[in-house]
Amino acid sequence: MITLSHYLTLGALLFLIGVIGIFLNRKNIITLLMAIELMLLAVNINFIAFSHYLGDLAGQVFVFFILTVAAAESAIGLAIIIVVFRNNQSINVDELNRLKG
Amino acid sequence: MEFLFYFFSAVLIFSALKVITSRNPVLSALFLVLSFFSAGGIWLLLEAEFLAIALVLVYVGAVMVLFLFVVMMLDINLDRLKEGFWDYMPVASIVALIMLLEMILVLNHSYFKDMKVNNALSTSNTEALGQVLYTDYVFPFEIASIILLVAIVAAILLTLRGMKTHKSINPADQIKVQRNQRIKMIKMKSVELGKQKKR
Repeated sequence: MITLSHYLTLGALLFLIGVIGIFLNRKNIITLLMAIELMLLAVNINFIAFSHYLGDLAGQVFVFFILTVAAAESAIGLAIIIVVFRNNQSINVDELNRLKG
Repeated sequence: MEFLFYFFSAVLIFSALKVITSRNPVLSALFLVLSFFSAGGIWLLLEAEFLAIALVLVYVGAVMVLFLFVVMMLDINLDRLKEGFWDYMPVASIVALIMLLEMILVLNHSYFKDMKVNNALSTSNTEALGQVLYTDYVFPFEIASIILLVAIVAAILLTLRGMKTHKSINPADQIKVQRNQRIKMIKMKSVELGKQKKR
């Protein structure tokens, strides 16, 4: 019998993999974006599992909006990566210190 | 049902691990496609058919193709990006272990284990979602479309490289022209030219 706990544990594991990915790939922006996508996917799995077990569609509607925002975010992120690569000839995070922030 | 859940979960976890550990960004993008696909399978098990199909169409079909395009377009020095890859693994594993412990404490509560499936959503998932999306959530839906529009404009504007859309001439540039920008002096041997003419 698959309970809600199973789905939530799956989401938690996926989220942890995303967190570890952000730590490991701190130099490569593209893989950083992919790790963020993994974390968003984990959140979406949690939303849909709760929506299924509570019988409430609001969770699925929320997942719909998260998908929209995540698509917009990755499109703009990739555009920024392209601009950075044009200016720096590399996408190494260590070299992104022009703003002196 | 149980077999499907464990199968999809195993594929999902494995491919997610490969996403963050593979050396080549192209490989990690392809494994991300696999993980999105198996997540779509899990969503199908949860009777969220519309979102499962939308995930496969939008993510695998559009966003991941975008990722692959960018990864293949950029000439990345992989060795420099992978320098000290495992340096932060101790910190990462400590953070992950703490988060895992906290989540186990929450998720093992009997509230989540004993929850029965609520069958209130027995009608067609797509129909029910559309019914809600165009009535209760019209305003957020419109805002989502505006967000997409902003993303389109921003992505194009960021990557546009000073495109010239008109043919008007800048007088300042014309006045600034120097002689050597227009005329190029070339030295040639006139004798050899003459020989060629005789032949």
